[in-house]
Amino acid sequence: MSKTLKGLKPGEKGIVTKVSGGTATKRRLMDMGITKGAEVLVRKVAPLGDPVEVKVRGYELSLRKADAENVDVELS
Amino acid sequence: MSFRFALVGNPNSGKTSLFNEITGNTQYVGNWPGVTVEKKEGRAKKIKDDVKIIDLPGIYSLSPYTLEEIIARDYLVDEKPDVVINIIDATNIERNLYLTTQLVELGLPVVIALNMMDEVEAAEDKIDIDALAKSLGIPIIPTIATKGRGVNELMQKSLQIAQTAAVGSTTGKSLDIFNKGIGKYISETESALAAHLQDIPFNPRWVALKLLEGDLKIIDRLNLPGKLLQEIGQRRDMLEEEYGSDAETIIADTRYDFISGIVKKTIERKRSQGALSTSDKIDKVVTNRLLAIPLFLAVMFVVFKITFGALGSFTIDWVDVLINETIAGTISGWLEAAGATEWLYALIIDGILAGLSSILVFVPQIMILFLFLAFLEDSGYMARAAFIMDRLFKRLGLSGKSFIPMLMGFGCSVPAIMATRTLENEKDRRLTIILTPFMSCGAKLPIYALFAGAFFANNQSLVVFSVYLLGIVIAILSGIILRKTVLKGEPAPFLMELPPYRIPTGKGLLIHMWDRGKAFIKKAGTVIFAAAVFIWFFQTFDFSLKMVEDPANSILGVIGRGIAPIFSPLGFGDWKSAVAIFTGLLAKEAVVTTMGILHGLGEVTESSTSLIGAMQTYFTPLKAYAFMAFTLLYMPCIAAFGVIKREMNSWKWTWFAVGFQTAVAWLVAFVIYQVGSLLGF
Repeated sequence: MSKTLKGLKPGEKGIVTKVSGGTATKRRLMDMGITKGAEVLVRKVAPLGDPVEVKVRGYELSLRKADAENVDVELS
Repeated sequence: MSFRFALVGNPNSGKTSLFNEITGNTQYVGNWPGVTVEKKEGRAKKIKDDVKIIDLPGIYSLSPYTLEEIIARDYLVDEKPDVVINIIDATNIERNLYLTTQLVELGLPVVIALNMMDEVEAAEDKIDIDALAKSLGIPIIPTIATKGRGVNELMQKSLQIAQTAAVGSTTGKSLDIFNKGIGKYISETESALAAHLQDIPFNPRWVALKLLEGDLKIIDRLNLPGKLLQEIGQRRDMLEEEYGSDAETIIADTRYDFISGIVKKTIERKRSQGALSTSDKIDKVVTNRLLAIPLFLAVMFVVFKITFGALGSFTIDWVDVLINETIAGTISGWLEAAGATEWLYALIIDGILAGLSSILVFVPQIMILFLFLAFLEDSGYMARAAFIMDRLFKRLGLSGKSFIPMLMGFGCSVPAIMATRTLENEKDRRLTIILTPFMSCGAKLPIYALFAGAFFANNQSLVVFSVYLLGIVIAILSGIILRKTVLKGEPAPFLMELPPYRIPTGKGLLIHMWDRGKAFIKKAGTVIFAAAVFIWFFQTFDFSLKMVEDPANSILGVIGRGIAPIFSPLGFGDWKSAVAIFTGLLAKEAVVTTMGILHGLGEVTESSTSLIGAMQTYFTPLKAYAFMAFTLLYMPCIAAFGVIKREMNSWKWTWFAVGFQTAVAWLVAFVIYQVGSLLGF
């Protein structure tokens, strides 16, 4: 089943299938290791509901839901 | 021989510690030309040859999207350092190597400092360093920068590479990142480039890659003929069609695929992907849905309480007594003995010493605050604070990272503005600097105490609280307005690494604290000092340069009369208020003392009944509230002004900031007074 990273719940894992968005956003996401084939695990949502924390490529990354919406994932 | 080594690496990779270990006390700080980012340089202390170390900003990539990346990239391609020392966090190799794959393409010799090896050992992970070095084609030196381990080996290796490169045998080999298909497009672009351009100032393969990616900065720099650009554009289209994505994505994906391949072969992690490390367990509590905010408030409260509470005020009083009593007493003894003239005496004691003490009293407090900040930052908590608060700041067009400076603004704007350095986005930084002084600082409290006590005795604390709240509301509105006008632009994507919690080293904390504190003493000190002497001069002498008894006749008194009409629409157009506002620029508490002096009461405090009586004849409650609002919002004191200049690194922005603040102050006080009058208050 495919979703965006924003749609994943804490504890859910997915494999990145596509990164979209504006040039700067897309570039930043890719630079931080969110590229096709990367495994992302959603750790938690910040207490006020945004941003989210994900584990990707062995480290913890925080990103806003608005940015996470640009990442398509395949649930694994 | 003299060489230049550039230190490059991701944020949180231990770059600062490594830089300090290599350079010791030889380092000096400047700014990169035209920007607010600090440039640190130093000399390799244990090497006989003349080796200059340049600390480039911590970056994740060489893409041209952030100021730091552009600075680092421009330095590397334009200045071509002899060796690039790439520091890598060994616990986070995969993402760190992404930058490495880009550095190698610049064609400069690279050495890897594989840092934090102690943490790798503690986690019982295994890294086959030889195999890793071989697959990257780059020498790797394992290091533990915080303990100085491996630093000598790193420098010896770098020196050896620099010397061989200097003789003529450059490494120049590129990594086998791209498959034949993509490689073909790169080589073709390279040849097309070579056919059109005789002399390319950068590594041709790197330029070819950048052109395929459509990097506008490089296209602008090279001033390429339209025909060539068209040809390259066609190749990009073909590449994108063949691989079904855009060129930037294809290239980034390929880099990470290449890295994943290497990492799989050379690194064995003991823990599985989802397993929790100690750091993760701490985070379960610290960023927990229910606990995060109370815990965060508790941390802030403690920092605040200690810095601006008993300990902080103790240090302020202590320095105050030291300078204004002990030192001033000794010097005035000498002056009397030497038979100094009255004006010289006044200049030294009331001008220079009083001015100096107005700066120096804050030094211990600022040091305490910076020590806390260094701890929060080095331990990894700062990133969590930003994570927790981001949601609120998004509304202002800012990110969670602006929270710390703004909170500190309630204590003192000076360290608060300096703390904006943790913001990497330049627009966010400028906006935070402009808004921070709206947070009512500790020095303004005596003003509210005086006016609220005189005019709102029954609900004093409510009125003072409303002034604080007014500052916050005005900051929010100003943020929204500035974001839509002068500081507009697409909000930067907020992607932030949450580094693992680490126990900070004492040495690291002290260096961190001193780095910032020293800057305050040096730079702000010169500005404040000069200004203090100027103001003293203006309120002591008249235009014929004679010392005056009555400050009404001083230069400042005359100026006060001149500017007073500006404040008439706000309800306080008398010259005494104008002079008080003017001297408030020296230090906000001075508003109260000036009021006292000008009303002929001598030295007074805010609770003095004679002053309250005098105020009641001059002001009405409405005028008093407008006056408080004005002093809350107008241009901050000279100490803060000096720091704004330093941090903005631009006179234009500095004047804009204080001009904006003063205009807002005038407008708000105007609305309060006029609307209040209409409503019959």
